[in-house]
Amino acid sequence: MAVETNQMRKFLNDPAHVVKESLVGLAAAHGDLLRYDAVKQIIVRKDAPKKGKVALISGGGSGHEPLHGGFVGLGMLDAACPGEVFTSPVPEQMLAATKAVDGGAGVVHIVKNYTGDVLNFKMAAEDAADEGIKVTSVVIDDDVAVQDSLYTAGRRGVGATVLAEKIAGAAAESGADLAKVTDIVKRVNDRSRSFGVALSSCVPPASGKAIFDLPEGQVELGIGIHGEPGRRRAPLGSATEVVDVIVEAVVSDLKAKRGSKVLAFVNGMGGTPLLELYLLYGEVDKKLRAAGLEPVRNLVGSYITSLEMAGASLTVLELDEELTKYWDAPVHTAALRWGV
Amino acid sequence: MNAATIASWMREINASVRAERDHLVQLDAAIGDGDHGTNMTRGFEAVVLALGQALDADPESPPGKLLILAGRTLVSTVGGASGPLWGSALRSGGRVLGDQGSFDGAQLVEVLAAALASVKDLGTAAVGDKTMVDALEPAVEKLRARLTDGATVEDALEGAAAAAEAGMRSTIPIQARKGRASYLGERSVGHQDPGATSTALVIRALQKAVVYQNR
Repeated sequence: MAVETNQMRKFLNDPAHVVKESLVGLAAAHGDLLRYDAVKQIIVRKDAPKKGKVALISGGGSGHEPLHGGFVGLGMLDAACPGEVFTSPVPEQMLAATKAVDGGAGVVHIVKNYTGDVLNFKMAAEDAADEGIKVTSVVIDDDVAVQDSLYTAGRRGVGATVLAEKIAGAAAESGADLAKVTDIVKRVNDRSRSFGVALSSCVPPASGKAIFDLPEGQVELGIGIHGEPGRRRAPLGSATEVVDVIVEAVVSDLKAKRGSKVLAFVNGMGGTPLLELYLLYGEVDKKLRAAGLEPVRNLVGSYITSLEMAGASLTVLELDEELTKYWDAPVHTAALRWGV
Repeated sequence: MNAATIASWMREINASVRAERDHLVQLDAAIGDGDHGTNMTRGFEAVVLALGQALDADPESPPGKLLILAGRTLVSTVGGASGPLWGSALRSGGRVLGDQGSFDGAQLVEVLAAALASVKDLGTAAVGDKTMVDALEPAVEKLRARLTDGATVEDALEGAAAAAEAGMRSTIPIQARKGRASYLGERSVGHQDPGATSTALVIRALQKAVVYQNR
């Protein structure tokens, strides 16, 4: 039954069960890669725990699919902890996931910098340590739209999360130890910058109402991934003009040397078609080269979303040889697959 | 005051966050992500259930233990920032009471002061950051001051609830410095903080619970 909300028709049975029912479907579709523990509310890699392998887990509110459950599998995450829509999961889930995947070599928690995620993961890491599991945590904060200062909760974790999960996941798969895998997550975060733009809000299933209204002809600049308004509103220009703003914001903050090799990740927010995302990528590629950067790797598609929000974000990662090698390494998850 | 006070307080919170659910969602949608009302309702519903079961199993459950159970329940059901913040607050408050079967006004102040301390510690927030601290800190101070002046617990709690509500309104002109609202920068100005709003409901619920119990 399709349920009509005030502003958007959604495929729902009961809005309160949307996350659980979606996870049941994920497991039904990808039973070869993962399993869904409905009691503990976690997605776990099918062959976990892998003895001697460092495990990676992440988690956060739902509504960002395929993040994180779609990245559980070979060469990426060992488990994901999905919360309610846009709400951090709880420490019990993270502890259960940590225990389910620990193969004795330690567990890395990849945490997006949102107060709720940080607090809940902090409690879970303390509980895991009490149970004798070696846990390290890395907070991802790559969003240049937020000034990192005493006056904010710090930069948000957005697109770099996907890149960190892929690259560090490959490092763990290749046998790197806990310190090394942790360092790779940090390195990806340190060398990544992101900026997002919204053309519409989104409609959380529980409330059935758009989070904000965007007047005709306006865009939100500097959005996160929770349907929240951005830093400021501006008139919608051409795609070239929008990309100018995005690339300038990212490149001026990244401060990479001229000639640096980069990975450019053009991400859709959920409601923008690939047709437009590739159009954006073409502009991004041109502008990065004009800025003296060489996009040698890329990712284009909707990988860290905000329900059905129309919009896009750009993440630029300054690569080095090792990060490139791990980016190219085989991955087999529901949402990313190559080399296998 | 005793275990029944705590149980009644939690039921009052549950009733008021449920009644104000849409309002909290609306406030949160303006400067956050619109889930605060839903999360608080889910959490305190679970708290009321857990406390009911605990009291069925042991009618002599001490109030401190009930608060700790309430806190644990919030941590495991709410998520977001509110789960850990309110969870730690109630657990810290509960620890103050230990195993004692009843408590007085002075001890209630210590319970709320411990709750405030844990919120400030975990959230690293202070008054003026546009958070729940803006409602909680004035409430604790007012409760302490009124009791020191010789007021009854009921009167002191009326003052505390009014102070929390004034603190809640004081968040409107402030620019947020913590939590998700801080991402909006100046655009957070002019909106009442949802966390401070639910905090005012929590303190008002305590005042109601004590008044009803004394009737």
